[in-house]
Amino acid sequence: MNKISIIARREFLSRVQKKTFLLTTIGVPILIFGIYALIIFFAIQTSDNFTIAVEDKANIFEGKLIEKNDSEIKFVMVNNLPKDSLTKQIEKEKIDAFVIIPESFDIVSNKDSIQIISGKSVGLITREKIMHKLNNILEEKKMLGSLNLTKTQLDSLQQTNKIIFTSTTGKEDSGKKAGLSYGVGFVSGFLIYFILFIYGTMVMRGVMEEKTNRIAEVIVSSVKPFQLMLGKIIGIGSVGLVQFIIWIVIVLGLQLLLPLIFPDIVSQMQAQTMQPAIATGAANAQENAAIAGIVSGLSQINWFLIIGCFVFYFLGGYFLYASLFAAVGSTVNEDPQDAQSLMFPITMPIIFGMVIMMNAVNDPNSSIAIFGSIFPLTSPIVMMARVAHGVPDGVTVIQLIASMVCLVVGFLATTWLAAKIYRTGILMYGKKVTWKIIGKWLLRKN
Amino acid sequence: MTKNILSINNLQKHFGTHKAVDDISFNIEEGNIFGLLGPNGAGKTTLIRMITGIFNPDGGSIIFDGKKFDPINDVLKIGYMPEERGLYKKMKIGEHALYLAQLKGLSKADAMSKVVYWFKKLSMESWWNKKVEDLSKGMSQKLQFVTTVLHEPKLIILDEPFSGLDPLNANLIKDEIYGLAQRGSTIIFSTHRMEQVEEICDHIILVNLGKKILDGSVSEVKQQFKENKFSLQLHEHNAVVNSNAFTLQIQNDNKLTVTINEGYTSNDVLKYFIENNYTIESFNEILPSLNEIFIALVNNTKATTRAFESKA
Repeated sequence: MNKISIIARREFLSRVQKKTFLLTTIGVPILIFGIYALIIFFAIQTSDNFTIAVEDKANIFEGKLIEKNDSEIKFVMVNNLPKDSLTKQIEKEKIDAFVIIPESFDIVSNKDSIQIISGKSVGLITREKIMHKLNNILEEKKMLGSLNLTKTQLDSLQQTNKIIFTSTTGKEDSGKKAGLSYGVGFVSGFLIYFILFIYGTMVMRGVMEEKTNRIAEVIVSSVKPFQLMLGKIIGIGSVGLVQFIIWIVIVLGLQLLLPLIFPDIVSQMQAQTMQPAIATGAANAQENAAIAGIVSGLSQINWFLIIGCFVFYFLGGYFLYASLFAAVGSTVNEDPQDAQSLMFPITMPIIFGMVIMMNAVNDPNSSIAIFGSIFPLTSPIVMMARVAHGVPDGVTVIQLIASMVCLVVGFLATTWLAAKIYRTGILMYGKKVTWKIIGKWLLRKN
Repeated sequence: MTKNILSINNLQKHFGTHKAVDDISFNIEEGNIFGLLGPNGAGKTTLIRMITGIFNPDGGSIIFDGKKFDPINDVLKIGYMPEERGLYKKMKIGEHALYLAQLKGLSKADAMSKVVYWFKKLSMESWWNKKVEDLSKGMSQKLQFVTTVLHEPKLIILDEPFSGLDPLNANLIKDEIYGLAQRGSTIIFSTHRMEQVEEICDHIILVNLGKKILDGSVSEVKQQFKENKFSLQLHEHNAVVNSNAFTLQIQNDNKLTVTINEGYTSNDVLKYFIENNYTIESFNEILPSLNEIFIALVNNTKATTRAFESKA
């Protein structure tokens, strides 16, 4: 036991003390955040103050366009200005584009189109927004004018009916919560998928390094091969855990810092999210309802359960796969390419788990999801998708316990199998190892 | 009689149908420097791996220090420097030595004082913070040696310890090996360099095709394989020689090599030259070198096993 901890400590320290560890651990989240911040920054920067002059000869907008003005798109009504002078205004950069709606414009027939003339090409997002604003008014006008609806009828049409999902336990199963569960389940399942790959291959490379460096024989003359393998797995596992904790702290820290660094961006982002709402008065109410929904959704998700399960499946999945990766690493000779074909049967269930997870996050109680969340090779990824939907809505207590027990048993089984392969493989040179040979090693006693 | 540190009895190990070690027995006395010889693929490494607890034998027994060999605890009393040896390239040398010492069961403080002692002894102190990858082959060899012996093992197994060392460093290590043997450690020394074996070892065994084919002290072995060859130097040039007592092998001016015939002794040779009035300047027995014995025996066993196989 003591030797395992000495080995694990070396594995841990030798990785943590490297410069690349600091770089990836601190650099990666900052880089990702930086890129996002830049994207948001530029997205907001480029699209503000787009001014459109509107010559509404048919008077279809009835001046309502001005109401739609915001920081990004500004409509200016003009009267009887010839096309030439509007073009000149674009050249002088007083306006960015103009619209001339002819007197004969017929909105019902859908034959006439509205032409927007701009100096430079208009960005996709801006284009989308202009179209949305114009169409909103046109649609309303069509309904009120040509279909002879009353204003109340129109309002009632525009209000969506309230549909509430409730589970048999009586809890309100709001859409916001389902959406959040989907997101949380997907992200945590995806993270575990990543962890299995990144740290699994790290273990494999470590074992390969030991073998090709020929240090393996020196070490196994002092410790059992199993101790060496387990020490390596524990050491690298703790690197992963530390790296994750640092990432979480940095991400949370940056999130708190973001409003301080870019106060404008945050307020603008909030403004942006409010845009899709139709009428301003109703929009505010809806907005408040949406925020309340998210807040209540967040409080309905059992974070304690999710974080607990995440750590459990993170460690369980890692230990289960790391020993398999170690076994593959031990069979490789000088050529790392050999690892590819042997890795295939290990990566298959991981990818398979990912596919089931995508399904389970939508439908946590489908039979494939239930199978995938209990079968130990896929359960670390799939179960996270189900747990996010809560207990017992997403997964029953019995299934959760069964999955955990299976994972522990599976981890013991793979470690036992892997140790047999590892013990022989680590000292075997110059022989290309195939699955047939591995089968022989497994069958050999002691 | 001195006690045996290691007794190997009918040890066997096979991989599939291949018998890597086939019924080998021998004893090693405490404080001896013991040569384990054999051609490539003879089963030396497999034998050593069983002694170091890396492999479990399929048959036979190992008695270490008077008790049945216990792989878990006894490996701490063994230092093994394999032929295929490596180190973690990115580690600092001092830390690496400490790490390996701790794996041998030394406490951190103990490991530290031992490492410092040996680094000083082999004038390696200045290397402490260097990385292993910056070492030359000879330097890393020295480091390997230090990490093998620093926990003061009762049994030290060195597989080709001098490969890649310059004569100066080879002598340094050789002196350390003698020193360790004097302080009571037993050393198993495996190499293909027969002149080193002749120089260093007290006792040797020769292994081929998984079997022991020779066992004895270096001088015993040489006596056993002597061919009654003598070299002779006369004062006279181109002597004409014809005797029943011996056969002339080579005659080069006044230097002769002769083989004594059955039933005669070296005195008969001398008598012949004295009686014929030659002046003898020197007369020496030519003992075969271990190299010659090695080659002869290995070729021989190959031939016999082949013959054996074809009969079967």
